[in-house]
Amino acid sequence: MPLIDTAGLQKEYDVIVVGSGAAGGQTAYTLTLDGAKVLMLEAGRNYVPEIETPMFHTPDQAPLRATSTLDKEFGFYDATVDGGWQIPGEPYSSASTDADRTFWWWRARMLGGRTNHWGRISLRNGPYDFKPKTRDGLGFDWPISYDDVAPYYDKVEMLVGIYGDNHGLENTPDSPAGCLLPPPKPRAGEALIQKHAKKTGVPVIAVHRAVLTQQLDFKRNAALLHPNNPRAQQIVADSMRSRAPCFWATDCGRGCSIKANYQSTTVHLPPAMATGNLDILPNAMVREVEMGKNGRATGVVFIDKTTGKEERAKGRIIVLAASACESVRILLNSKSAQFPQGLANSSGKVGKYLMDTVGASVTGQIPMLEDLPPHNEDGAGGMHVYAPWWLYKEQMAGKLDFARGYHIEIGAGRDMPSFGSTAGLANHVGGYGKKFKQDMRRYYGSFVSLVCRGEMIPNEDSYCDIDPQKKDQYGIPTLRFHWKWSEHEQRQALHSHKAFTEIIQNMGGRVTGKQDLLPGGYIIHEVGGAIMGADPKSSVVNQWGQSWDVKNLFLTDGAPFPSNADKNPTLTIMALAWRSADYMLAAMKRKEL
Amino acid sequence: METFNDSMRIDRRTALKWVLAASAALQLPATALAQDTAKSVTGYGKDPNLLKVYQIGELWPLTLSEQQRATATVLSDLIIPADDESPAASKVGVVDFIDEWISAPYPNNQQDKPVVVQGLAWLDQEAQRRFKNNFSALMEKERVAICDDISAAKPAAQFEQAAKFFARYRALTAGGYYTTPVGMKDLRYVGNVAMTKFDGPPPEVLKKLGLL
Repeated sequence: MPLIDTAGLQKEYDVIVVGSGAAGGQTAYTLTLDGAKVLMLEAGRNYVPEIETPMFHTPDQAPLRATSTLDKEFGFYDATVDGGWQIPGEPYSSASTDADRTFWWWRARMLGGRTNHWGRISLRNGPYDFKPKTRDGLGFDWPISYDDVAPYYDKVEMLVGIYGDNHGLENTPDSPAGCLLPPPKPRAGEALIQKHAKKTGVPVIAVHRAVLTQQLDFKRNAALLHPNNPRAQQIVADSMRSRAPCFWATDCGRGCSIKANYQSTTVHLPPAMATGNLDILPNAMVREVEMGKNGRATGVVFIDKTTGKEERAKGRIIVLAASACESVRILLNSKSAQFPQGLANSSGKVGKYLMDTVGASVTGQIPMLEDLPPHNEDGAGGMHVYAPWWLYKEQMAGKLDFARGYHIEIGAGRDMPSFGSTAGLANHVGGYGKKFKQDMRRYYGSFVSLVCRGEMIPNEDSYCDIDPQKKDQYGIPTLRFHWKWSEHEQRQALHSHKAFTEIIQNMGGRVTGKQDLLPGGYIIHEVGGAIMGADPKSSVVNQWGQSWDVKNLFLTDGAPFPSNADKNPTLTIMALAWRSADYMLAAMKRKEL
Repeated sequence: METFNDSMRIDRRTALKWVLAASAALQLPATALAQDTAKSVTGYGKDPNLLKVYQIGELWPLTLSEQQRATATVLSDLIIPADDESPAASKVGVVDFIDEWISAPYPNNQQDKPVVVQGLAWLDQEAQRRFKNNFSALMEKERVAICDDISAAKPAAQFEQAAKFFARYRALTAGGYYTTPVGMKDLRYVGNVAMTKFDGPPPEVLKKLGLL
């Protein structure tokens, strides 16, 4: 498969996929392994984790000890290229100047998108999460149930490699045997929290993360994933075999040159490329979807960033997988006589019901963790344990003043000292001289963080539209965000503060910091904006991510989510993208598309 | 205090503060709260080479004069002196790092620059006032007399400004020192090496925590 430039475009493709992250990667993978000819358009540059990842670099080798700057907002070694909260020349705006009503939009202009740096937390939505309205009367039900998606969760777990365990807890689905890899043991602080959270009734269990704790069983998995397709089996098995298991060092946020964690660029795209059915065109900034006279989409218009010229590509099916907000932007900018308020928008719902995750946290200092014997706690480059939401029954019984749950992400351990952590520790210990050095040794590694990641209920005040005043450097109209948290989210954050404080006190610790509810978009779990439903009047797409209005137009990113469970969205995005792509393949075989 | 395993989340909070600070500094019009602050900065850009080992001073010109460096060296080494286990701060390039830090074009660095430059000048003035010499030429007990005043938990009113400088300078010194291989070893950080397996904490750790 070639990485192409505009001159290398084929006349027409079976499918055009806009975006190369979790959604685009999974969509292209499923389609190409089954023989469809696919063009993938990526707005950013090509990116090769195997040769670009700073695996063992220490902060003193980077500018400013690798700490965050406006250019690299998650730190110098974060994998994000040409992205962040702000991208020069690609503005967005907030309708309100009230800080609580702003929305922050993280983008990555690179092959693989945000999958290169994400936290790899890979939780399944549970049965309640697909029918939230049925349960408590708020928000929207999905037109599908957990049972519809479960087989695709199985497949994605077997393909990308997820460590974790099964505990049989409420609305926290177990995976069938053979799906998960063994979880790593808890670090010292994690195990301590596990013990002392019990007093608060909080179960701390193995988290699910997309990191190989051992090599994938490539023969078995490939055979299960692609029955009756020996060529796909061979390609996928070869790709899996090329991935090394984790060597228990380096932060996953840098990416992974040995391909031990999931990035679209190391897991989805290589086998898709190996089929010979995928063309990838980087530096292609898509502006709009073009329509034909028959009410079908015919292709996309994009700006070739290397020349600045407007170009076109043609396809039988158009898939937007550009991230929820970017896909919405493309729809709203695709205006025609038939769709004066934007493509696929006869419902008027494009851009509506944007959701993020509730983020809040409490930090504490734990005397028991002081002066521990030195030991290596790098582990799997991210957390090993977490706590799923544990108060479903109390919530149903009306004992809580908010409707939806949160899970707890746990931070504890003797991480590689960073500028932020050691400068902060210096402020904590105070003083100077030899005593200061002794205190730094004593307190390093003695802090824990308990982080709330909670469900937001979609509301009428949180949406995006096109800013009538602004265009980006490519002349493409930009997004304007409207945001409002409801009392459900605010009370949930407060509840988490109380629970976390109690757990820290259970351990004999002292609270040292609290983070209140963060602004919208800040957790980078934005979903919604083109929600799926059973009724074309109140939703943008059907259960397959297929536009009600334009039959050969699909969305496979987070935009179709009608709710945003506390579970991090990436695994569900991949499962639904696989399911959508299977539907496209069947429809193409039936000549419907 | 930042102690996450996942550095991504650490920096998210820091980033918020800085982006908000930058937006405020630019006095953006009301309709344009979140846009394009990045344009105002000329740093290493959005796509720097991550594999290269960077030298101090290669990205932007440095600030400190010889005399300022002399004062900075003495102060850094008072905060982190040599002991039986590790060398003093200046021996691992902390003064160079602080110079790089206050010279960088980013908003928070620009904010720290006057704090550090004026703080170093204040130290020399105070040393002259009390002991008729520059800070770097003082005897140890004279330096300590000044530092004790500005590092007190509740400094006297006349030292409030200097105390703010000292706290920030101590944070920069620590951040510069403990992010070097020498400083990491001093904190008994033993990671960043490839291993074939992860067995969790050793028994003596679990025992100490009441987990065995």
